[in-house]
Amino acid sequence: MAGIPSRHRSLFLLALVVLLQVLMLAVQIKRDTQGRLIRMWTVSAVSPVERSGAWGIGKFRDAWRHYFALSDTARQNEELIRENGQLKLEITQLQSKSAEADRLASLLNFKQKQAKVPMVLARVIGASADANSAVVYLDQGTHEGIRKNMGVITPEGVVGKVIESYPNTCQVLLLTDRDGGVGAMIADSRIHSPVVGTGGPLLDMNHVGNDDEVAVGQRVVTSGMDRIFPKDLPVGTVSQVKPGASFKQIRVRPSANIERLEEVIVLLTTDPLTLKQDAPAGGNAAVTPPASGQPISGLTNTKPAEKHP
Amino acid sequence: MNDTFDLRISESHIEVHKFHGGTILLCVIFALVLQAFLPVYITKASVLDLPLLITIYFGLSRRNPSTGLLLGTFIGLLQDSLSKTPIGLFGIAKTVIGYLASSIGARLDTEHPLARFALTAAFFALHQGIVVLVQKLLLAQHQPWFTTRLFVACIVNAILGVFLYHFLDRLRKS
Repeated sequence: MAGIPSRHRSLFLLALVVLLQVLMLAVQIKRDTQGRLIRMWTVSAVSPVERSGAWGIGKFRDAWRHYFALSDTARQNEELIRENGQLKLEITQLQSKSAEADRLASLLNFKQKQAKVPMVLARVIGASADANSAVVYLDQGTHEGIRKNMGVITPEGVVGKVIESYPNTCQVLLLTDRDGGVGAMIADSRIHSPVVGTGGPLLDMNHVGNDDEVAVGQRVVTSGMDRIFPKDLPVGTVSQVKPGASFKQIRVRPSANIERLEEVIVLLTTDPLTLKQDAPAGGNAAVTPPASGQPISGLTNTKPAEKHP
Repeated sequence: MNDTFDLRISESHIEVHKFHGGTILLCVIFALVLQAFLPVYITKASVLDLPLLITIYFGLSRRNPSTGLLLGTFIGLLQDSLSKTPIGLFGIAKTVIGYLASSIGARLDTEHPLARFALTAAFFALHQGIVVLVQKLLLAQHQPWFTTRLFVACIVNAILGVFLYHFLDRLRKS
């Protein structure tokens, strides 16, 4: 009280004494819902300070972590970026392997179902150097019995035919090439007409008369008349029909994914084959053609396999 | 309590009275005892507030705010100790009364009976107001600010104060 003017000392003393007694009262008072009054006052007085302190410390900690203590973060970021790149690469490789496994499984399944049909699985190893030619090279050749004019298919449908065969490789002319083609017919109406390539992704079916009924979406299958492909193999689906001078102008979308071939099946025979249905009792005499776009369910060779030297 | 204090004459020539040693302490104790004793036998005596009258009288007589408020604190805390009220309820009220009485006593002549009557009545009302205020704010007890009984008590204490102060004047050092 030394620093307080003498005329105010008593007033200061009054305030001090009253305050002390108020505090003393607060210590004694205990309210039912809030506990002792002194505790409530203390908490009320201290909590804003604590809250402010916690807020300030939190902000400081955030600032330190996010703006200053970043030496390790940069290094971790680089490691994570590198690791992320590796993981992406691994995922891509795994997806590719998974897709490849699916394709191979499909081919293997097809081959197992056609145990009596001579065929060989081959991998596409190259394409034509000419951009105008739809030609691919396979990794199998005469050593595996592949000869010229043998049919090349996938479980989805016709792909093309072998135009050259070498000891360890062969050249396949795809259906979409301008020189490519296959004897075909409309699956429902059995209207025959060759299907030829256009150099583009679609095929032309040019010998269907204007009087014949052809609708978009109808299935086109092999007719077997070319003596290369067995009958009723899926060729494609009618995607466009226009009336022409003498014949309809029909566009067919290939069933096989010709633009992205990786593995194919080479039929090691040109003898007639009959499409086999998945008979529940194991029968193999059914000849119902599969739906377009659906995998070939089965083939039956009507003659013993012809082995080529 | 120390009965020895400086004799100060204010500019208005108001006299500061001294008392014999132990007088204030004995008066305080006696007032507290009576305050606790009388209502047991005389129910109406509960309207009296002898500790308040003692606080007022010695505050007006000593005319030193610091000692006045400390005396009020002392008496109030003792009164709280003898009652069931929380310690500090009467302490706060009598601290303020002691301070005000000492402050007023240093500026006014409080020797006249009418002045004493008026001051006592006013201090009683103020004391009651402070008690009710503290009860409302701190104790969450809803008490009336003023009732007829309190008004009667105010008058009775003021009248008693006039006579009591006259008796206490005899205890002053001549």
